[in-house]
Amino acid sequence: MTSVSAPEPIPGTTIFDGSMAMRGYALNKMCYSFNEAESRKAFLADEDAYCAKYGLNDEQKAAVKARNVLQLIAAGGNIYYLAKFAGIFGLNVQDVGAQQTGMTVEDFKAKLVAAGV
Amino acid sequence: MARIVGGITTSHIPAIGNAIAREMFEDPYWKPFFDAYPPVRAWLDEVKPDVAIVVYNDHGLNFFLDKMPTFSVGAAPEYQNKDEGWGLQPLPPYPGDPELSWHIINSVVAEDFDLCTCQEMAVDHGFTVPMSLLWPDRAKMGGLKTIPLVVNTVQHPLPSPARCFKLGQALGRAVESFDKDLKVVVIGTGGLSHQLDGERAGFINKNFDLMCLEKIVDDPEALTKYSIHDLVRLAGAQGAELILWLVMRGALTGTVSKLHSNYHIPISNTGAGLLLLENAA
Repeated sequence: MTSVSAPEPIPGTTIFDGSMAMRGYALNKMCYSFNEAESRKAFLADEDAYCAKYGLNDEQKAAVKARNVLQLIAAGGNIYYLAKFAGIFGLNVQDVGAQQTGMTVEDFKAKLVAAGV
Repeated sequence: MARIVGGITTSHIPAIGNAIAREMFEDPYWKPFFDAYPPVRAWLDEVKPDVAIVVYNDHGLNFFLDKMPTFSVGAAPEYQNKDEGWGLQPLPPYPGDPELSWHIINSVVAEDFDLCTCQEMAVDHGFTVPMSLLWPDRAKMGGLKTIPLVVNTVQHPLPSPARCFKLGQALGRAVESFDKDLKVVVIGTGGLSHQLDGERAGFINKNFDLMCLEKIVDDPEALTKYSIHDLVRLAGAQGAELILWLVMRGALTGTVSKLHSNYHIPISNTGAGLLLLENAA
């Protein structure tokens, strides 16, 4: 997958490239289905069956179960599709940001405000 | 002949759509953001463009990873907004201009830009939030038609800033060679710096954003020197959306002057930039 020489990695950042897109395909496809209200309902009704239907691997299933965004990203999840998964639980990008940085939502919001000063 | 009368840049984040739906215009968090828009709306009221070309990225509504075009353009009589999964109520459809769409397609493909053409395209918040910010009262849209131009920012490799700027230049030539007396405005959406994913979530780079807001007016070529990886490092993973602004700027081939600008941190996780650029013949 690295026909072009890879540039210096950026800390705390996963570049969603071809290899991640292949690794995360099933997980992202499941999350894409959450555009439909019926799919969100079906997931909530029987989470394990829904994950199995989309062929998630064990790492992806565990990350879904844990509602852990960093694990979901490591398992190939793309943030735009994961946002639809988070939406099922009423979480927005600031909640998701707080979880990934290990901060409270208040502290995460304060950090963003401080970036403008 | 058709003429590009100006370009506008604005953030397109979904939290704005949510704040609009909840009418939080006077809320202390939102007021400094919303208060920047009336001068742009006044200009639109005065100029009354016939067509808005909206450059944005799809966030997993119209396109999935099964087929991910680098550049795609709508060629539909209307564009539907749909449920994106996290609570924004879908808005009524937006009228398209298939005749101008096909002229653009024919023209830019002849210039070696291979667009994906879409006779059906669902438009997400990347399209609808800017439209709601610029035309909060749909009655004021009059007969305005829209053309969505979608650039992949979801799956790397993304098209380079230089490539996006050149696509914009080809788009500008395409519009200006359309044999109808139309006023066209090009809207570059998204940005500025933000990162949603990873331990680096919440990254904002004010100095870089302010530099972009300045350079894109008079020296956009300076911004085309960056690589996508540079943009991710300097502006965050989603800050790479600057390439959408560069498509817009490339399309302004006349004498460009800044009529209005604003920069505000934070809106949700984002440094929000607004620009109104006039494109004089």
